[in-house]
Amino acid sequence: MSALVELAGVSKTFGGATALSPLDFSAERQKTTVLIGPSGCGKSTLLRLIIRLLDPDSGTIKIDNVSVTDANVQQMRRRIGYVIQDGGLFPHLTARYNVLLLPRHLGKSEDEMSSRLSELCALTRFPESLLSRYPLELSGGQRQRVSLMRALILSPELLLLDEPLGALDPLVRAALQKDLKEIFARLQQTAILVTHDLAEAAYLGDEIVLMNEGRIVQRGSIVDLRERPANNFVSDFINAQRSVALL
Amino acid sequence: MNLVHHEGHEVHEESLRLPFVFFVLFVVTFFSAPAEAAPNVIVGSKKFTESYVLGEIAQRSLENAHIAVEHRQGMGGTIIVWQALRGGQIDIYPEYTGTIAQEILKTDERLSIQQVREALQTFGVGMTDPIGFNNTYALVMRRDRAQKLGVRKISDLQNHLDLKIGLTHEFLDRHDGWQPLTAHYQLHPTNVIGIDHAIGYAALKSGSIDVKDAYSTDAKIAEFDLVTLEDDRQFFPRYDAVFLFRSSLSAEAVAALRKLEGAIDEQKMITLNAEAERTKNYSAAANSFFGTRSTYNSGETFSHKLWRWTSRHLELAGFSLLLAIVFGVPFGIIASRGGVIGHVILGFAGVVQTIPSLALLALLVPLPFFGISPRTAIAALFLYGLLPIVRNTATGLQEISVPLRESATALGLEPFARLRKIYLPIAARTILAGIKTSAVINVGTATLAALIGAGGLGEPILSGLNLNDHATILQGAVPAAVLALLVQWMFDLLDRVLIPKGLRL
Repeated sequence: MSALVELAGVSKTFGGATALSPLDFSAERQKTTVLIGPSGCGKSTLLRLIIRLLDPDSGTIKIDNVSVTDANVQQMRRRIGYVIQDGGLFPHLTARYNVLLLPRHLGKSEDEMSSRLSELCALTRFPESLLSRYPLELSGGQRQRVSLMRALILSPELLLLDEPLGALDPLVRAALQKDLKEIFARLQQTAILVTHDLAEAAYLGDEIVLMNEGRIVQRGSIVDLRERPANNFVSDFINAQRSVALL
Repeated sequence: MNLVHHEGHEVHEESLRLPFVFFVLFVVTFFSAPAEAAPNVIVGSKKFTESYVLGEIAQRSLENAHIAVEHRQGMGGTIIVWQALRGGQIDIYPEYTGTIAQEILKTDERLSIQQVREALQTFGVGMTDPIGFNNTYALVMRRDRAQKLGVRKISDLQNHLDLKIGLTHEFLDRHDGWQPLTAHYQLHPTNVIGIDHAIGYAALKSGSIDVKDAYSTDAKIAEFDLVTLEDDRQFFPRYDAVFLFRSSLSAEAVAALRKLEGAIDEQKMITLNAEAERTKNYSAAANSFFGTRSTYNSGETFSHKLWRWTSRHLELAGFSLLLAIVFGVPFGIIASRGGVIGHVILGFAGVVQTIPSLALLALLVPLPFFGISPRTAIAALFLYGLLPIVRNTATGLQEISVPLRESATALGLEPFARLRKIYLPIAARTILAGIKTSAVINVGTATLAALIGAGGLGEPILSGLNLNDHATILQGAVPAAVLALLVQWMFDLLDRVLIPKGLRL
């Protein structure tokens, strides 16, 4: 079976500054692919290109073998879940209506949505009693769980997570890492996760893609990166986060 | 509308809110707009006592001939009523031959009645024969002051160039007014200010000014024991009072109007003016002329008048606000995207705001569609109300953070759904604050509508100003202030009802 996401010769510049040099990338089905690298390496840009928050300067982006065009972009986005660092929850809506916004817009039945919502609360360990709260009445971890439910509500083929745990304190972060791993496994979810934390990448990723200055430097397992670094940048990056050198 | 949700306080469906605001405003506006039957003939008058009284008398004369007629009192100066007559917003108004020659026909020649009449025909305007009195311009002083200084004639002012002179704005600018008068008499006084006619009398009485312009039939001249300075070098032309009317006016109406030719002499007019100012009631003066009571206006109770003023006031402020919302929010949405168009929109709304409200009204009056009507007032108020709404809509939308915008886009909502379900509700509080600002501005500024005969709570304020009667001024000023407070309070309430709790945390 082919990869779910395939990028070929994709490049992006912002006002003359190169964010992505022409690169190829793919994400396998039912796997978690982690994009990692220093700030400004282009990992978030890559994610934004996939969900078409940005248009590429060149190259093609295919999802499930279909190119994204202006005509099918909304359809395509609805098949993708997207979670960002501070959750991106809409402050005027309760947790429930943040999660149900899109299915309601698409006219899904209330019954179907209610049972789906209960399922997701159990899956993400979010107490149903908090569904009537507004985002500002929830903790950071709770907000990320709601954001995850919103991303999963329509059972997307692809889940994109842009540093979803970046703003959380270590204990909450550890709990959510564990829950995410379980959720991905349970749903056999195809996911692409952006992080700058190598431990998180090693824990969650089936495949790690290390980027630097708009290019993919090396991709493989954590063992590949550690044992067979492609160049000095890779070994420097690994050694900078020593705690995982023991893995 | 599906309001039956799971938790009680979640019934605010995000997309219902803005339409709901519109709905409320529509209801308020239409409820406050009583239907009016259009009368056949409309009499206008200028903004001073004698013109009001002559307007009332013309109205009564036509009513006696069983013609449906309405009197729009105190619409403004010569140019405003003349434009209204030409534009067909009014059919009749009282004028003076000297003013017609100088201000309307723009000639310095001394024209005969027949010459004036022929000249007016080219404008489609007819003129009655003189009503019977000459109300010339005059300069007046307090008797004690004049005697002390030894001023008897206008040329005597030559010796007292430091006297404080307070003149009406119309007199200051007229072709037969202050500039030519000073040239004619070769006076160069140093201390000249512009002041309202009625307020000028109060200033003269209190000694704040020494000399002012007056109409020779003003009742105040006798009441305050003023002396009229002799026009010893014959500067002022004759100002015989006449009625001007549109040539299209029916023969019966013209006949009723012509019954007034030669009917009022100078002494009679002074008495009528005094009666109007004593009773604070123009129709009372008309009553004393006809020796009867009107079957129309005199029976109007205060509460009825207050309702009429207030409902018209709300109608003006409400309609203009509604228009400002209907245009302002979409313009604000466009402006929020920035670029050239956004700057043009914000720039235009900003420039309009800097035009003084009085000037904006005056500028709209000569335009074909507007003229002397509530329409003009609503248009001016609408333009004033635009800026706060456009600016707040644009700002509210621009303040939405990039992550929220990207989350909305990434969900796969179409651009319009993003705007309706996410951006506008998040900006709702800022937009509502803009609407509130506009509403308060409009309620306040709507008092100026009375200047162009559009009614509202400015009507008693203007009459009171003319009669120098504080009680009448308060009849308009107090309700206007209360209304502004109520509007403010209502919007604070709307904020609590309409703005989602999540945005108020």
